[in-house]
Amino acid sequence: MIEDFFQGYKGHALEVLKKFNVRVWGTAEIETTRGKFTGTVLPRSENDDDLHIVLKIATGYNIGLDIRTISDMKETGYKKANYKIPEKEFPYTPNLPKVKLIGTGGTIASRLDYRTGAVIPAFSPGELYGAVPELADICNLTTEKLFAVFSENMGPEQYKKLAIAIGKEIENGIDGIIIAHGTDTLSHTAAALTFMVQNSPVPIVLVGSQRSSDRPSSDAALNLINATTAAGHGDIAEVMVCMYGPTSDEYGFLHRGTRVRKMHSSYRSTFRTLSDTPLATVSRKNGVQPIKKEYNHRRKDRNVIIKPFFEEKVTIVYYYPNMQPDIIDSLVDNGYKGIIIAGTGLGHINKPLYPAIERAHKKGVHIFMAVQTLYGFCHMYVYDTGRDLMAKGIIPAQNLLPETAYIKLGWVLGQTNDPEEVKRLMLTSINDEITRREPYNGYLVYQGGVPEVENFLKTFHK
Amino acid sequence: MSKIFDSQKNYEETKKECGYVSRKDTTQDDYNRIGFMSGLEVHQQLKTKEKLFCNCPAGIYQKSNDYNAEVIRHMRPTLSELGGYDGTALMEYKTRKEIVYRLKHETACTYEIDDTPPFKIDREALGIALEISLLSKLNIVGEVHITRKQYLDGSIPTGFQRTAILGVEGEIELKNKKVRLIQLSIEEDACREVSDIGHRRIYMTDRLGMPLIETVTYPDMANPDEVMEAANYIRFLNRSTGKVRTGIGAGREDVNVSCKGGSRVEIKGVSHNKWIPELTHNECFRQWSLLKLRDKLLNNIANTIQWKIVSKELNYKEFNFIYQPLKDASQNGSKIIAVSLPEFKSVLSHFTQPNKCFANEISERLKVIACLEQPNMTHNEQFIPDISNDDFNNISKLLDCSEKDAIIVFWAPHEDIETALETIEERCKLAFIGVPNETRKSFSNGNTIFERVLPGADRMYPDTDSAPIPLENEYLDDLQKQLPVDLIERHKQLEKWKIPHDTFHFIFKNNLLPTIENIINDFKANPVFVATLFSHNLKNIQRKIKPVSEFNFQIIYGLFKFLNNQNIHFEYAKEMLPIIYQHPKIEFESVLTTLNFKKRTKNEIFAPVKFLKERFKGTGKNKGENEKANWVMGQLRKQAIGNLGLKELINYIHNNEQ
Repeated sequence: MIEDFFQGYKGHALEVLKKFNVRVWGTAEIETTRGKFTGTVLPRSENDDDLHIVLKIATGYNIGLDIRTISDMKETGYKKANYKIPEKEFPYTPNLPKVKLIGTGGTIASRLDYRTGAVIPAFSPGELYGAVPELADICNLTTEKLFAVFSENMGPEQYKKLAIAIGKEIENGIDGIIIAHGTDTLSHTAAALTFMVQNSPVPIVLVGSQRSSDRPSSDAALNLINATTAAGHGDIAEVMVCMYGPTSDEYGFLHRGTRVRKMHSSYRSTFRTLSDTPLATVSRKNGVQPIKKEYNHRRKDRNVIIKPFFEEKVTIVYYYPNMQPDIIDSLVDNGYKGIIIAGTGLGHINKPLYPAIERAHKKGVHIFMAVQTLYGFCHMYVYDTGRDLMAKGIIPAQNLLPETAYIKLGWVLGQTNDPEEVKRLMLTSINDEITRREPYNGYLVYQGGVPEVENFLKTFHK
Repeated sequence: MSKIFDSQKNYEETKKECGYVSRKDTTQDDYNRIGFMSGLEVHQQLKTKEKLFCNCPAGIYQKSNDYNAEVIRHMRPTLSELGGYDGTALMEYKTRKEIVYRLKHETACTYEIDDTPPFKIDREALGIALEISLLSKLNIVGEVHITRKQYLDGSIPTGFQRTAILGVEGEIELKNKKVRLIQLSIEEDACREVSDIGHRRIYMTDRLGMPLIETVTYPDMANPDEVMEAANYIRFLNRSTGKVRTGIGAGREDVNVSCKGGSRVEIKGVSHNKWIPELTHNECFRQWSLLKLRDKLLNNIANTIQWKIVSKELNYKEFNFIYQPLKDASQNGSKIIAVSLPEFKSVLSHFTQPNKCFANEISERLKVIACLEQPNMTHNEQFIPDISNDDFNNISKLLDCSEKDAIIVFWAPHEDIETALETIEERCKLAFIGVPNETRKSFSNGNTIFERVLPGADRMYPDTDSAPIPLENEYLDDLQKQLPVDLIERHKQLEKWKIPHDTFHFIFKNNLLPTIENIINDFKANPVFVATLFSHNLKNIQRKIKPVSEFNFQIIYGLFKFLNNQNIHFEYAKEMLPIIYQHPKIEFESVLTTLNFKKRTKNEIFAPVKFLKERFKGTGKNKGENEKANWVMGQLRKQAIGNLGLKELINYIHNNEQ
């Protein structure tokens, strides 16, 4: 491969570098109309403009120079940076559980990507050990990178591959599995794996981080410590998401893969169990402390059932007032086999959509209703609208979260197209995606400002 | 250990050996001899409405116990952009501090606790910082790149400070020399520390994120006074824009000092420039003494690489300890550890700073790195021993010490002992090298204590959360047009007006020149009078009186305008000033009433002169002409002042001699 001397530079900036014969990683003296600058030329992010050259100056800071001000450049040396997380061999400790970390991408451990200016993951056990040495006291860790995609690019193909890989690991006698995953669609994958990997004898823990591990206050290390604790030592053998409980560095929650959702775009404590309590808390110090009394316990056998099915022609429609029937029509015309509607309130949409719904139903499209309130059940008997809709073929999906409903419908339609069977599978709960009861403490969206909540905030760490 | 070592004498001797002299007795030759070198990092808060990377208000402070919520974080070192771990980062990690952040709704949002990525940089702050960059004659960058600078002490919840260079390679002109500037950066201010006890450090987040600039000089200063002069110059230059904050903590300097053969040591957060000379003086000699100590150690100890401490846990019951901290330690379950430092006799009591010796360097590190609150150790070279000679003899036997060894005894919870032992050994081994790179905390007496290992360039990382900001020529040209006059030009202006030098400091400190200039130009006032009214009269009043509401200097412009309109002589301003300062919102008319001012013509005032002179003869006082004139003046002063110049009156008294 020919070395790219001008990493990320394009257009005018590239011309200037070529004209003066200065490479990326070259140390340069640069004369400009704003004075003289000295430093190392750094790669430029591809999405930035072509009018500036990036320079790392002696004090370690980066600056940009406007090429329109440059009158002369001289390369005086060359020093390519070697960015590497120190790799130390992950030590083997007898009597500690064997845990497998499966990588999918995401920010558990990461380094800078000059091409995009963002962070890309780093991954080997050695690197992880270098960054989070505590892991070696918790388990014997091995890793496998199944794919390197950002969370938003995860999809059915990856779900199936993951399920199969997990099945193999379990067969081979692993004590627990961790899946490192970007957080954006972490809960989708968690739901998919709940349906695809059933009756697991060991914990399957999905973990991510909200702050990349290139920053000192990253949540990655603690999440990883908590996840290895849950996977290696916990008794809960389910597909779970392990992320921060409070935003403070205190303990993590283990959420059931079917009831968990990312609820804030940037908070560390973004993952919440909806309409139920989390399964457990987890910390290095106290281990896994179950909150829920009923869960699947860890077993010695290896009787896992892998069901890697997914129909991709499934969609989710977020209803809004004045939605036009052509939205539904075009989905049907494009061959969609299943639609989840996230309806208002108890599960409603407007009248103008009725004909489109009828048409879809007649064409054999499976339509389920979830609620955009996220919390609570779909109750379509309460109002006439709901009854009308059911008559037209929409099936209420109880308290399936819209995203979980979407994943489940895809998984169900991957196995059958028979309406009765589809309905039966959809409404038969595998692991609390539909809860029989809604606990009174499952809905806790408190509001700040009232004295008792403020008092709570002051008394406990957020 | 049978003979008693005279540690006090050793301290005095080592002090003499390094040639320590008090600052007032030190000459430039002394500083040249030890190679005094110093540079500055001057921090200045900008007066903006909002914080730098979020929309929280800037400049509102809370009391440390006034908060709505707390968040806990632990910091973990990460790799720098170029792939290294930073020394400080690793040290901070060793301490395993639990950091608590206190949040108040009014002053902190989710950005402060790192639960939201940064918003766009505050343009007001950027504009002010660029103005100051231009005034500092820096080469302005073409594009601003936000960089993350790691701080693992927890003072910023992200673990790094967002900072960006605006200009490089500038200069400022002092009285006798030019000082070169390395760079100027804009950055977010850190948290204010509430407490730091054991493994728990508490911070307030009110100041966090406020816009700050840092001006960094080359180490061009060759004596402590020059450092202060440069610090003042930069501070006054910043203030000359009128767009920076003043008051406690609004301006802070980090002072870098080294001696010949020493290392760069950074004295952090000096908030009073007048402390700088003593601090830099002492630091330079501290380094010099550490170098002397190194030479001695290298002479005495053959193999410094193999050098190791030896330690043993002491059984409290086997000794007759009467030292209270040891009693406390045994009661609260801490362990008591004795450490022998082979061939370190006379090292622990070696001079480092006035009233401080090498043992302090170890104790301070035990506090910071191993989280052991002071007093955390004692040793066998205390001037007044904490442990009896008998006990030391027994400890010495236990450790198998020789005459040439030194002994430290410390106490610590079980889990901190390993770090403590590493810390002791590390500091001792650093003595073989000379002066450790570190940041030090300053005290008003001119002493410093260990704060952290000095971070290197390896702690920089591009901020992947923000895009670069281009700085177009047009934008900079616009800024250039609104710049205040150069500080050095202002200096020359004051000279031209023959304004006394002792007023300069006050004028620049408070950025008064624009106001003074306006008064002089608009009302034809005498420059010296105006300058001294501020720098002498007002300064004096400020010391004695507390205003009932906020006083601003613009009020004095108003006062001159009032006097001018009323046709009252400006001298009357001096009479009015104390009342106006105390009651900044008072009407000037009411001040006149309060002072019982009456308008009088010259003739009315001059009329009784003759009569008074006659009366003076009858007083039987000293008969000199000047005494007479002064006496008459005294009688007339109250009626005269404001109605005519007092000089004119005294001239009249003199000239009407019959």
